[in-house]
Amino acid sequence: MGSPVDIPVYWDRMLLDASQVTNPSIDPLREPMELKTFLGAKPKKVNIVTGKNGKPELKTKLTPQLELDIPIMFAAMSFGAINFNLHRAMARAATATGTAYNTGEGGLHKSLYKYGKNTIVQVASGRFGVHLDYLKAGAGIEIKVGQGAKPGIGGHLPGEKINDKVSETRMVPIGSDAISPAPHHDIYSIEDLLQLIYALKEASEYKVPISVKIAAVHNVAAIASGIARAGADIITVDGMRGGTGAAPAMIRDNVGIPIELALAQVDQRLRDEGIRNNVSVVAAGGIRCAGDVIKAIALGADAVYIGTATLIAVGCTICGRCYTGKCPWGIATNDPKLSKRQNPDIAAKKLTNLIRAWGHEIEEMLGGMGLNSIESLRGNRDKLRGVGLSDTELDILGIKHAGR
Amino acid sequence: MKRVYPDKNYCIGCHLCELACITAHSKSKDLIIAYREERGKDGLSPCKRVFEKGDTCVAISCRHCDEPSCVAACISGGLHKDPETGRTVYDRNKCVGCWSCLMACPYGAIRRHPTEGKIVKCDLCDGREEGPACVAACPNAALKFEER
Repeated sequence: MGSPVDIPVYWDRMLLDASQVTNPSIDPLREPMELKTFLGAKPKKVNIVTGKNGKPELKTKLTPQLELDIPIMFAAMSFGAINFNLHRAMARAATATGTAYNTGEGGLHKSLYKYGKNTIVQVASGRFGVHLDYLKAGAGIEIKVGQGAKPGIGGHLPGEKINDKVSETRMVPIGSDAISPAPHHDIYSIEDLLQLIYALKEASEYKVPISVKIAAVHNVAAIASGIARAGADIITVDGMRGGTGAAPAMIRDNVGIPIELALAQVDQRLRDEGIRNNVSVVAAGGIRCAGDVIKAIALGADAVYIGTATLIAVGCTICGRCYTGKCPWGIATNDPKLSKRQNPDIAAKKLTNLIRAWGHEIEEMLGGMGLNSIESLRGNRDKLRGVGLSDTELDILGIKHAGR
Repeated sequence: MKRVYPDKNYCIGCHLCELACITAHSKSKDLIIAYREERGKDGLSPCKRVFEKGDTCVAISCRHCDEPSCVAACISGGLHKDPETGRTVYDRNKCVGCWSCLMACPYGAIRRHPTEGKIVKCDLCDGREEGPACVAACPNAALKFEER
């Protein structure tokens, strides 16, 4: 979505089902509709016994879960890349809508720790702002291995964007470039990743789920399988249409594969190997509207991340010049004169509206399909049909052609 | 009483409050006519001004002080404190244009009328049901009309 080149959008070639005659559709304004989602490893079976007071009691010990009222989260956009006002707005909007936002690799400002229940803290290759309090502040920890907009390369936050607040949060000197390396220098295999996952689990006392974010690349399904076996609770797959105005154009436009194909393959591989329940899958990179969200969920995602859509809601025009630090909308800048153009009160309201509106649209579409819970749609590819896709594409997506 | 409070942290210096002010105080109540015609012909001038220095900007207008220096300085009774609303009210007919108030105001919130021997001062859009026009026009919620 943040990439201007004409990469095929498979969302537009997939169509949703609706109920007619033989099964009733549901009106979400009259009947209850459940969008609540739990991210994290699910047990194979649950053991429920009748307790002393006659009420059911859960005997199975559940692994930590991240609870979302609506399966849409704000994607990782670091404090530094975007400014404090917007970080605060995202935190407030996530709290108001009962979903989560991701801090990105730039750490979390101390004043935002109070929104911790709706925060996913990220640990990326630069390890900026990572310390014990930070890891314990969030409701989830994400290890960023790759980013859809720029798979295989690191990040570079220009020194001009590092002011005192960013410097304090990232733990880098004011005015110095913050460069995150392309690889994690301690991860060269799935076994190494396992060590980091368990190090973070130890640090956070096994209280929060650990997510691993990878960019959608050619062998993404095999990598996802490895990540699941390494003990991650959540796998985030970031497709190539994911955007950032801070990626080299050649990499943004040419590296990676579209999220639809990657997501379908990851879900299928995990199911084939019988480990789908051990992880939740989050899709990111190129989610443009509620229709895309619901198609992603039908393809097998548990939730989605929205990044570019979040910024568009607060005024972004996708000019792709974030790296200059001179964003006229006051988004990707820390210049005090520009960043004050984003009033966190107004931005939080806009973001809350975005999530709520998409939530309503999802409810409407679910109701149209005769489903009253997002859980019934998860991985339910029977609700999708392809149009104008080749046999190979249909096979990869695991859906039938329209009319079949 | 409710007053207009500017917030320098979010004022972006767009001057829309000034335009809203002249529109609200114009005869035509139309922005284009007010700005292009009434401003030059009738000396229509905004009651508030946006001041900028470096990264900071802020919209200054009458604060309707509890103990107004302008009222104390007024020689003709053109300014008085309304005991009911708490507002500092300007009576144009009594004003003689001595500009004592202008010198007395510690906030620089009173300005000379550009063409006549009168002053221009915020009246909190008296009679406007929706409240002050500048507050409604502010795109970044940097002006708040509230009790503090």
